[in-house]
Amino acid sequence: MIEIRWHGRGGQGAKTVSQLLAGAALRHGHYAQAFPEYGPERSGAPVKAFNRIDTKEIRLHCSIYEPDIVVVLDPTLLCAKEARVTEGLKRHGILLVNTTQTPEEIRALTGFPGKIITLDAEALARSVGARFSNVVMLGALARLLGNISLEDLEAELAQAFGEKALATNLAALRAGFTALTESLETLEATA
Amino acid sequence: MRVAAEQQLSLITGAEAAAHAMRQIDPDVVPVYPITPQTPIIETFAQFVSDGLCHTEIINVESEHSAMSAAVGASCAGSRVITATSSQGLALMLEIVYIAASMRCPIVIAVGSRALSGPINIHCDHSDSMMARDAGCVQLFAENAQEAYDLMLIAQRLAEDHRVLVPVMVMQDGFTITHSAEPVALLPDEVVKEFVGEYEPLYPLLDVDHPTTQGPFALPDYYFELKRQQADALDAARSVWLELQEEFAALSGRRYHGFFEAYKLSDAEYVLVILSSTAGTAKVTIDRLRRKGVKVGLLRPWVFRPFPAHEIAQALAGKRAVAVLDRAISLGSWGPLYLEISAALGRYLPKRPMLYNYIYGLGGRDTPPELLASVVTDMQNEVDPTVLRYLGLRE
Repeated sequence: MIEIRWHGRGGQGAKTVSQLLAGAALRHGHYAQAFPEYGPERSGAPVKAFNRIDTKEIRLHCSIYEPDIVVVLDPTLLCAKEARVTEGLKRHGILLVNTTQTPEEIRALTGFPGKIITLDAEALARSVGARFSNVVMLGALARLLGNISLEDLEAELAQAFGEKALATNLAALRAGFTALTESLETLEATA
Repeated sequence: MRVAAEQQLSLITGAEAAAHAMRQIDPDVVPVYPITPQTPIIETFAQFVSDGLCHTEIINVESEHSAMSAAVGASCAGSRVITATSSQGLALMLEIVYIAASMRCPIVIAVGSRALSGPINIHCDHSDSMMARDAGCVQLFAENAQEAYDLMLIAQRLAEDHRVLVPVMVMQDGFTITHSAEPVALLPDEVVKEFVGEYEPLYPLLDVDHPTTQGPFALPDYYFELKRQQADALDAARSVWLELQEEFAALSGRRYHGFFEAYKLSDAEYVLVILSSTAGTAKVTIDRLRRKGVKVGLLRPWVFRPFPAHEIAQALAGKRAVAVLDRAISLGSWGPLYLEISAALGRYLPKRPMLYNYIYGLGGRDTPPELLASVVTDMQNEVDPTVLRYLGLRE
């Protein structure tokens, strides 16, 4: 089972992408859960969303304390004390961050010893005309997971968005997917 | 395994699952007032009505007291009626829930379980439904979104069966199920339509050719006899529930066998008894402990009212120890589920297992597998059963 924790701010669509990911996982033949951090929602406040993905039926109905992957949608959360983005993240897990900084800079900032992958999702979102970076990060995460296909995600997006928003979000998804392919190639080249 | 392809699963929340059940049942009237965490049930359902997918008259009332009052009126008139609520909303409607039950109105009430104030809290526990346990309703508890859907469909038939005719409450855990997206297999619309059928009211007020008096005074001459009839109706719900689960299994492939789920129970020495979503986490815990050789199992009631006392006592006979986990507390006493099971064991078993009571998860406190495993360790260590214990509490 893979457990994922998303960090965003209220209004940035962390819950939306967690549901899109779970829907795509289900299309791909996996079992999946998506749930937000429960509580009163306030625009701009740090929020979390969670995913579980497994090949077996998922019966756990408690929170996730030791995620395999953490995705940070908003770089300002790295410094926000209350967000604690690396809390419980497995040492061999992955920290995927939307930032202009390098993985080394993020490591210095968070002290996380495991794999850190960064991409400037905000710039990518802007380049395709998207207001938020969430779907770019979803595309990047899908590439990272490897077991969620771009086609299944595109089908989920087609179900979730109207015609106008769909084109933008599909472009955002593919931008994230492609950018991560390049990041992974760089990682492999330097490893 | 390609799960979705085989079973046509869709990823929806428990609240959406309940709303889909309502869409397919297509009730005549839904009087409702929004309250967290029930709101997405009625929000989703209102969208279905607005999209023309069902033909219900939604009555936007000014409070839950009015919602249940309108529900009683519509039900007495001869309509099929559903409503939904949580926590304070159920507390406010409770006065009229008693009346709905005594007037034998088969209203289905979807409940997103939430702690009662105070202090104000929007998260899950079972204090709201336990507050309503004596009102005269059937009470069903769902573990996950799939069950939240299935039990709504079964509830409709159970409520309207002429041997029963009482309200049925269908509980799903607030946020943990109402707001979590999980795979759910929805039945085809026409299959549900055939399963629930048409509601045939016994004495509809709108049948002006056969006028009836409904909801009159009953003084010491008749009140007692009417209460006995309600008790009989709840008893009758037992056999109707068993009949319906056969019929439901035949059309869905999903079997609600008996009154409770027995998970690895038959050879278990230690048993956890627990309602709703935390039972899923308990099953994972049990699997982990079984791998270490601990013989532990689960008993999870679907039906809390009418309480299946005899069946539960039989299932627990010969066990070394049983821990009942309650997500509500009767302040000044112990947990309501524990009290039922303690009475059942005392009534039916000459030799009782060691019986423990843990209060857990009040106000939405999370209950991970480690906490549930600690209960099994306590049972193995034969801790004092005369002490009420609190799980996951900071002392």
